[in-house]
Amino acid sequence: MAQILWFENYQSADAPELGGKNASLGTLLGAGLPVPPGFAVSAECYRKALADGGLTGEIDALIAAVDPRDTASVAAAGERARALIGALRVPADLDDAIRGAYARLCEQCGDARLPVAVRSSATCEDQPDASFAGEHDTYLWVRGGDSVVAHVLRCWASLFTDRGIAYRLERGYRQHGAAMSVGVQQMVRPRAAGVAFTLNPLDGDRSQIAIDASWGFGEAVVSGEVTPDNFLVDKVMGAITRRTISTKTLEYRLTSADTVTAVEVEAERQSVPCLTDDEIAAVARLARRAEKHYKCPQDVEWAIDGAQASDGEQSVLLLQSRPETVWSRRPRQAGACNADPITSMVQTLLRPSRGTPDGGC
Amino acid sequence: MADRFPSPFEMPTPPGAEGWQDLYAYSSVFSEDRREYEESAFWFMDGVHSPEAIPPWDATIVEYALIALSQYNTRHYVIPPARGVDIRILNGYMYLSPVGVADPKEIEARIPEFAERAGYYFANWDQLYAAWLPKVRALIDELETISFSPLPEREDMAVITEGRGTGSALDLLSTYHRLVDLTLKLWQHHFEFLNLGYAAYLDFFGCCKQLFPSIPDQAIAKMVAGIQVDLFQPDDEVKKLARLAVELGIADRFSGDAPAEQVLAGLRGDPQGDKWLAAWEEAKQPWFNFSAGTTFYHSDKVWLEYPDIPLGFLRAYIAKVQRGETLERPMEAVIAERDRIVDEYTDLIDGDEDRATFQAKLGLARTVFPYVENHNFYVEHWAHSVIWRKMRDLGRVLVAADFFTDVDDVFLLSRHEVSEVLFDYYHGWAVGAPSRGPKYWPREMERRNGIMNALRQWSPPPALGVPPEVITEPFTVMLWGITSDSVQQWLGGSDSAGGLSGFAASPGVAEGPARVILSADGIADLREGEVLVAPLTAPSWAPVFGKIAATVTDVGGIMSHAAIVCREYGLPAVTGTAFGTKNIKTGQRVRVDGNAGTVTIID
Repeated sequence: MAQILWFENYQSADAPELGGKNASLGTLLGAGLPVPPGFAVSAECYRKALADGGLTGEIDALIAAVDPRDTASVAAAGERARALIGALRVPADLDDAIRGAYARLCEQCGDARLPVAVRSSATCEDQPDASFAGEHDTYLWVRGGDSVVAHVLRCWASLFTDRGIAYRLERGYRQHGAAMSVGVQQMVRPRAAGVAFTLNPLDGDRSQIAIDASWGFGEAVVSGEVTPDNFLVDKVMGAITRRTISTKTLEYRLTSADTVTAVEVEAERQSVPCLTDDEIAAVARLARRAEKHYKCPQDVEWAIDGAQASDGEQSVLLLQSRPETVWSRRPRQAGACNADPITSMVQTLLRPSRGTPDGGC
Repeated sequence: MADRFPSPFEMPTPPGAEGWQDLYAYSSVFSEDRREYEESAFWFMDGVHSPEAIPPWDATIVEYALIALSQYNTRHYVIPPARGVDIRILNGYMYLSPVGVADPKEIEARIPEFAERAGYYFANWDQLYAAWLPKVRALIDELETISFSPLPEREDMAVITEGRGTGSALDLLSTYHRLVDLTLKLWQHHFEFLNLGYAAYLDFFGCCKQLFPSIPDQAIAKMVAGIQVDLFQPDDEVKKLARLAVELGIADRFSGDAPAEQVLAGLRGDPQGDKWLAAWEEAKQPWFNFSAGTTFYHSDKVWLEYPDIPLGFLRAYIAKVQRGETLERPMEAVIAERDRIVDEYTDLIDGDEDRATFQAKLGLARTVFPYVENHNFYVEHWAHSVIWRKMRDLGRVLVAADFFTDVDDVFLLSRHEVSEVLFDYYHGWAVGAPSRGPKYWPREMERRNGIMNALRQWSPPPALGVPPEVITEPFTVMLWGITSDSVQQWLGGSDSAGGLSGFAASPGVAEGPARVILSADGIADLREGEVLVAPLTAPSWAPVFGKIAATVTDVGGIMSHAAIVCREYGLPAVTGTAFGTKNIKTGQRVRVDGNAGTVTIID
């Protein structure tokens, strides 16, 4: 198994070594979706680094001793495991490989100190596709080979966040089967970003795409720190069927110190829609393509590249796509419409305002 | 906010309109005799059919339309929750009150009857509908044969030699009564299919909303809409004539703004011109029986009598052909788009059972929809045009007999008064002594014209009486597009935030200067890129849709003419805003959002 796997060369057989998040990025890129380029450091690298550092047995023992009902015991074991991994030296050959891949990515994107996102992508023997969303760390706007290598190590350590340990214990996954792959991906400086569901999360309407959008990096929306603008777009007609413009008080922005920080949005931008109608349409099309590729409702993260012209399709990037879980898991309610025309016509006549045009939204 | 509208008994008579009640049937006005019922009911102004004060004879057609609708609901199909729609005239304006069935047990009891009767029509729709058009065509043919002529100085010798035993005056009286009865029959035919058609369409509509709660209304309309619609044929005929003029190399003969009469006369006598005129003549019957108004007023201009209207559109189309634009609707693309929409929504349905139901309901909606789309040309445009023309012929007879000074005076009489006038005329002719009419009617017409002018100045409230908590009467919602929301909006007066809302009738967003047009006469004022704001639009305005940016109407839902035509032309439209023509002033910049159903006044 190679240490470095480029997203553009991804094949489904690579999935167990890449974890859900990285595999998904590879799949989407392979499907021709506009995913920023990047590479994954395979989970095998993590396992080898731990073995080389003599930590494998120690960490397994640490976790095996945890009492899942005792949060203090989880926290203590996690802290110790993270400290052990954080003190590791990345094996020299891997260090070279990561630096080399980063340099290649820099060259490809035409920026010698290309900002990248370094993302955890956990794997699990029991559940190769388990996507542990939010259990592990992601680092934004990382620049330079030294920093990339350092953040790969931090991602490895984040396999043992308290949340991560607790999650695996809850699910009954074998702890020693868990490993960490790390994704390194070009980052853009988004003018606006957010999430999109390929159904209406309020009522499960499969004909709609619901978009949550706010200024700056998508973290503000994902973390729920801001009330985003909300748009509903009909998949078939492309029409914007509902728009709610919120007061967006906070955004993650790049500061003069070259770090991504939450700052207050200037008053005059707070209540302005953060997407144009063309951008709304482009985000909706992108989400729809992801859904068509996976053939099931998706929950996607996207961003508008601030460096691109606002009306260009090229300006919308797909950062993440995973199956929508809430409505997709619900048992389907068959017979939403009454099949007998007379019976349902009588129902329509009895409640005309439910089944009739009611003046828009 | 008020919880009720003014009582009809509180409404003052507009100054100068005193005595207006005498102009209408005694049974059509509010009165002490039915005060308790009338004050407790909810009445809304019928802006769809009669946006202005209606002349007495013209009220006949609206009354016949509503009585026919009512009889089908109440006596033919036994619509479970609905009886008829009551009608009153107040200060010359039509107010309607749908009568529902309140008792749930009675509704329940009516269902099996409805299922049997309506079910029969749905099960045999194609066969029954095949008989409809011949029936209405025969009726129109019969209307066309009607002729009114002055009573002769002497009866013809043949009346003597054939021993007929009757005279011309009986013919005159019975021909008038036949015209009136044919008008009623026309409207009975009209409602044979209409409400059932709407019910089936709305059943599909409701199914779509159940499956996809946020599906845009226009997506549903597009899945059902026909490809060849007779209502668009007059417009298509004008397009054909425009192309022919260019092909024949005579396009320049239409330039300028000479009146139609002069342009047509100028074409006569040369081979190209004659060829075009022959095509023009052929298009006229029946397609120029096309009204520029709601068709419910005798004063609505019909293309046949006002060739300047189609000529104006023709000029615009010729200019388009010369610029190399295509006039034809891209049929293949329209069909392909319709199929795409159906296929994609079908794919989004979870489960075979729901998919089959959706397909079956779509099938029924498409079966019934040609009637919903096409009847309007035959009944409202064609037949009404003939009725107004024949009534004018009768007016001419009465002008010749010195009863009237103006042909249109006949429309200032109620349908019953016309019988009395004819009797007076007959009487004078038979006795050989003066009729009272020539002295009486010119004086009375002056009074009536004064009353009608005063009524036209009045601004009718959108509704009267006590609104129900929730509008549940299906026809109020289905045919007039009035919902609990519109009632709330009326009660609250106009929106304060410089905006209006209505039906998202045709998708898209557009901005432009508003042009408020209150009647068909104003449509010539429309400039390229303006937003048309009107009480409602008529299908014959279609050609102006080529130059406007968007449409806003006071009345009408997503199946209104404005909605259908705007979807056809790809223009945003918001219909049923109630206050569009009141709140928006010509020249103001407005933003029309046909996706959300909102209109924003920008300045």
